[in-house]
This record gives sequence, structure tokens and C-alpha cells, in this order.
Amino acid sequence: MKFKAMTAVAALLVAAPMLGMADEEAELVVNGEIEMVTKTDAPAHLEGALPEIMSGWRFRSDETQQTQMDDFDNPGMIFVDQAQAVWDTAEGSEGKSCASCHNDVESMEGVRAVYPKWNEEAGEVRTLAMQINDCRETQMGAEPWKYDGSDMTAMEALISVQSRGMPVNVAIDGPAQSVWEQGKEMYYTRYGQLELSCANCHEDNYGNMIRADHLSQGQINGFPVYRLKNTKLNSSHARFKGCIRDTRAETFSPGSPEFVALELYVASRGNGLSVEAPSVRN
Amino acid sequence: MNFSRRETFGLGLGAVALTMLPVGASAATVDELIAEFTGGADMADTGVTLTAPEIAENGNTVPISVEAPGASAIMVLATGNPTPPVGTFNFGPLAGSRSASTRIRLATTQDVVAIAKLEDGTFARTSAEIKVTIGGCGG
Amino acid sequence: MAEGVTPRVKVPKKAEAGEVITIKTLISHPMESGQRKDGDGNVIPRSIINRFTAEFNGESVIDVKMEPAMSTNPYFEFDATVPEAGDFKFTWYDDDGSVYEEVKSITVG
Repeated sequence: MKFKAMTAVAALLVAAPMLGMADEEAELVVNGEIEMVTKTDAPAHLEGALPEIMSGWRFRSDETQQTQMDDFDNPGMIFVDQAQAVWDTAEGSEGKSCASCHNDVESMEGVRAVYPKWNEEAGEVRTLAMQINDCRETQMGAEPWKYDGSDMTAMEALISVQSRGMPVNVAIDGPAQSVWEQGKEMYYTRYGQLELSCANCHEDNYGNMIRADHLSQGQINGFPVYRLKNTKLNSSHARFKGCIRDTRAETFSPGSPEFVALELYVASRGNGLSVEAPSVRN
Repeated sequence: MNFSRRETFGLGLGAVALTMLPVGASAATVDELIAEFTGGADMADTGVTLTAPEIAENGNTVPISVEAPGASAIMVLATGNPTPPVGTFNFGPLAGSRSASTRIRLATTQDVVAIAKLEDGTFARTSAEIKVTIGGCGG
Repeated sequence: MAEGVTPRVKVPKKAEAGEVITIKTLISHPMESGQRKDGDGNVIPRSIINRFTAEFNGESVIDVKMEPAMSTNPYFEFDATVPEAGDFKFTWYDDDGSVYEEVKSITVG
């Protein structure tokens, strides 16, 4: 049985956006203090591909939005607490903890906002997870964590909290540029039996429904994200893997060069939105 | 796909077994659970409120609240779940209000029922239909 | 004992005598319902927190009987009256016999 790509897409989508599923004018203020930018001008590099950029928060139901407004409603924060204990605990052959070199985790302010980024010494673009594992192996003499495992997502969440409210600002030029271009090409490539690219849904159809899901712009300013669906923190690579699998393609692995490039590109589409992690989504 | 006669017979038996299961098994259990809680007493249809979304963002984690002024306990049942009991809130002397919020799992679109036992020995009942969708493109 | 069970509780640091405050509690726990099956098709047995209590200076605020339909990482929000300074004690009882506790103090004045 052969479907043309457009037929497949049309079969999956309902044209009219679901009214009443999300309050598109709501603002996100966390703990009554941290004002999040969830809607703002699209960054220049998009060249008009999106009229404005919006955080995934705006596409969720009122109840889900509220869950993120208080750190004691947000279940992702339990894992931030767990990671705080890990931050202070020595591990590995060198007998060091994260705190041994980095002191208080507050020293990580601003870090999440600029990742993924080029690491001059390593000669590669690094994601936060890659950098965490490099610290563990090289500085602590500890075993690396599974790239999208719960230890890693909890630590990413703890570090992200230190940048909450700050604008995402990843560099797309200089030594990172070729990786960024690679990610951009991936974003517009159709994958799988369903021949869907990221852009088909997240650029051409955000606000519409894909079967029972309300499509967002696919921004990652809120990652790692506590998903109601699996009641745990999820990394961006885990999400990319699932999305591509859902196009019925052979998907890529978390930590693969493809996903590192894609993460850099997708992060740059959100330059200007606030770091929200750990966010709460479907 | 070719079935051997043995396999076809087995499939047929299985189908018969399925149709012999009591239909609406959970409905009977819900009534029994309510009867156990109320001792068979009548329930007023005002006096307890259940706040829940009309459409659950995700059936795995659905936020609900219950409130019943003057209640000593409120029981919540998910009538469409394989096991309907959700929880029972018992209010102590230092409860600041007869209300509580929590998050529950719903297997499918269904009525969620809240029954309050009031301090004067009477009961109140309310229910809300919560739609649960499955089949997104969830990754 | 379920692994890595971490409570997270919001209680104001102080209140007026007799004031009603709002308390929020979270705890990380898989709340295995007994409905799921593993890769081989065997039912994963139920293993949940079956009861949550909140007490203040030994008196009950709320006592929740919890059933499998409660979500993973159970959450409760409820109100408590604070007659005087003291300690809130929160207790979660696991099917496997473990008991998790958290204490939060509050001052009055």
C-alpha cells in the first residue's frame, strides 16, 4: 500500500486548532518570582520561517501550565533535589565531587543557556551531557553516566535551574557553524515511512493537532522535561529519538553526532526564550 | 496467514472465554465500594465538589481536587479503571479545610466519582466526566 | 525499600496562631499499579505507597488511603490549621513495609 507523503500528513492532521486547550495569552511566572519569556521575536537566522517563537509551555492545558508555576507543584524538582545531593557527593578514583571543583551549584549560573557549545580544547561541539561525562571521567575518575539515563537528566535539570529565566543564547557561528548547518539540514529532512521532517510538524503545523497531541514549535528551552506521560525527566535526545521513531524511521541514538548537531540547531531556534527546565509537558 | 485447525479451535475457545467474562465488572465493584463507604445510606447530590479537567492532558497524571465543607472523609473512585479505587481523604482535627488536591491515573474516558462522608453522618456524591485521549505522536 | 525515594514538602516557615496554611507534598515513587506487564508478559506486581499522613505536634491533619490509581510521584495539596509553633510530620507507608518521613518546623508570631 503506498501513501504519498502529503496524504499521510493530511490523514494525521486535523486542520483546525483545538480551542480551549491552552490559554495562549497566559504568562509564566515561577514561584511568583522568575518571569519567563515564553513568546518573543524569532531569531534572525530563521529568516522569517516562524513569525515569532513560543515555548512549549504555551501549548499545554491550563492545568499543566499551572504545574510548572510553583517548584512544589513541579515534580521535576524532586530530581533536582536528588541531583543536589549527588553534586555534593564524592565519586570515582579521584575522590572528588562536583562541588570539589565547582563549589556551590550556583556557580553554574548561565551555563545551560549557552549549551550546546564549541569546546576549544576538545575540538568539538559539546552538549551539557557530554561535558558532564567528560568531567566525571577526566576529573573525577568516575564512570560516565548513561547519556539519557535518570542520573544524567537529574543533573542536567539541577544545572538548568541555575539558568532559569535567562535567555537561551547558543552560538551558531565560528567553530560551531558547520555543526549548526548539519543540524539545520537534519531539521528540514524528511525521515521514515511517513516522510516527515521536524519542520513539517513544528514549523508548518504548530498549534494544530496531530492525532491527539497539540503540536508545539518543538522548542527545547524547557529540557530536561518532566513528561506526564512517563512521569520522569526526559532529555532532548530521548525526545528526538522518539519523534524520529514515530515517523517510522530507523532512529538515531542519544549522544550521536547527528543528535548533537540537531540539538544545537533546535536550541538556536529558541534563542531568546527563557531557560525553563525542568519544565512540565505532556 | 494460515491457521492450523488446532490453532483455529484454540482461537475460537479463547473468543468464547472472553465473551463469558462478566461485562461491566468494574461497574458492580463501584457500587459495592460505595455501599461499603456509605453503609447503603442515601447520598445528596450537593455538598461535595470535584474539580477536574474536561480533557486530561495525559491520562497518566490527571490533577483533581475535592472539597466538601463539614466532611470527615472524601472517597474518590475512577469508575472506568480496572481497579476503581483512587483514594480516601480522612480529615483530622487540624485539617485547615475539608479539601485536598492530588494527581491520578485514568485508563480511559470515564466518570470520576467523589463521595463525602459528612460529620453529621450524611453523605454527598458528585461525579465528573474526564476525557482521556490516547494516540498522539508522542515520541 | 523502593530506591531513591525522595520527599519534597512545602510548608511556610511561620504563621500566625490559628492561621490556615496550605501544604504541598511530593515524593518520588514509581507507584507500580499491578496493571503493567514486563517484556515476557508477566504481570509486574503492585508496589505502591498505600497511605500518607500529616500530623502536627502529634495531632492528625490528614490521613490519605492511597490506591493504585494515584499517579507516580504522588502529590498532595491540603490545608492545615496552625494553633502554635511546632513540627509537621509527614509519613508515607510503602506496600513493602518501608516508611518514609519528613519533618518541617513552623514558628508562630
